Amino acid sequence: MALDKIGIAKRIAQELRDGWYVNLGIGIPTLVANYIPNGIDVEFQSENGLLGMGPFPIEGEEDADLINAGKQTVTILDGGSLFDSANSFAMIRGQHVQLTVLGAMEVAENGDIANWKIPGKMVKGMGGAMDLVASAENIIVAMMHTNKHGKSKLLKKCSLPLTGVGCVKKIVSNLAVLEVTENGFKLLERAPGVSVEEIKNATEGKLIIEGDIPEMTIN
Amino acid sequence: MINKVVKNVEDALQGVQSGMTLMLGGFGLCGIPENSISQLEKLGVTDLTCISNNAGVDNFGLGLLLQKRQIKKMISSYVGENDEFERQMLSGELEVDLIPQGTLAERCRATGAGIPAFYTPAGYGTEVAEGKETREFNGKMYVLEHAFTPDYAFVKAWKGDTAGNLIFKGTARNFNPLMAMAGKITVAEVEELVPAGELDPNQIHTSGIFVQRIFQGKDYEKRIEQRTVTPKS
Repeated sequence: MALDKIGIAKRIAQELRDGWYVNLGIGIPTLVANYIPNGIDVEFQSENGLLGMGPFPIEGEEDADLINAGKQTVTILDGGSLFDSANSFAMIRGQHVQLTVLGAMEVAENGDIANWKIPGKMVKGMGGAMDLVASAENIIVAMMHTNKHGKSKLLKKCSLPLTGVGCVKKIVSNLAVLEVTENGFKLLERAPGVSVEEIKNATEGKLIIEGDIPEMTIN
Repeated sequence: MINKVVKNVEDALQGVQSGMTLMLGGFGLCGIPENSISQLEKLGVTDLTCISNNAGVDNFGLGLLLQKRQIKKMISSYVGENDEFERQMLSGELEVDLIPQGTLAERCRATGAGIPAFYTPAGYGTEVAEGKETREFNGKMYVLEHAFTPDYAFVKAWKGDTAGNLIFKGTARNFNPLMAMAGKITVAEVEELVPAGELDPNQIHTSGIFVQRIFQGKDYEKRIEQRTVTPKS
């Protein structure tokens, strides 16, 4: 069984480490906050100016002045802080944030990522994505392995306008966990019940398969 | 204390003309200068260049000025929530400069801080860097980005005093303090205007030196774009 969005979020949550500051993008990455492993403390940074982001407010307690980067109403945890946008991106560019998780439309075997524009069709803008991918030490992409027509999104070369070059380190897709290496996508884990063959067929870019590939464990 | 108070939004926007470059604070609809935007709509000024992280939604925020075709060019990082915007952009009626959010913030800050340009890694190797100077520092590539030249900056604060000092609330701070620094004329509208001396100087986010005009705002809607809640258990 390929993973659903929640499965992807749960697998990414296993990458969190105690003491990390983490920026989660819109979509699947946002869900990661719901599956923090027991016994570790992480703080979520929202690039619109909030550190220590908490869950959605209890119904009736929404505050128009407290939102996340997806413009959703949120809360702030004890020990959280607020700041302006320049300070926020100082945290990001200055590498004070240990992990960035974001979505992608395409990733190339050299770590290039495209996620902000489809020329002539969808032009919403990059928001903070270009700053995040240009600076983060550790970038995990949460994505579907193929598009809705079954075409691979893990490519030799991105076809869409780039968000950043050579920056993606790891991908957690509905089919696999892969590391981006100098030589291509290195297969680390398979989704439960998904064969290496299926992953091969769904990956256009160079796929490196070394030895037995373990199945991932999702609770 | 130098008194920065003007009596209403009409006085606050004195001198705004068609063709000007304006900065407007806010992130989404959070912390936008609602009163100043309404007045811009009323004034009917056109051919505006607007620097703002977002472009409002169809019937609120900068979306109001887009509907009236008052904006010639938008400089933003994300414009996803506005159909009219997308239509005008794809049809070529509206010029759009999309820039990375951190670059936008730093360009605003640089404008007010007397820094003409700076290097940032954001956008290197992408179309954002096309035609721009690039340079290597410590083995990494960076793009040269420039400060802006705005005529006016419109910001919204939670509390302000007669000397122009400002305090923001929650994530409504966002671009407001940076744009306040950048405006040739900065207009601050506040939810609560108090006499100088009532705000704790330790808590001031923006010093009055950056603000030329301040006024008591009114009728704030403070719309929520995405109302997300945890159900009462």
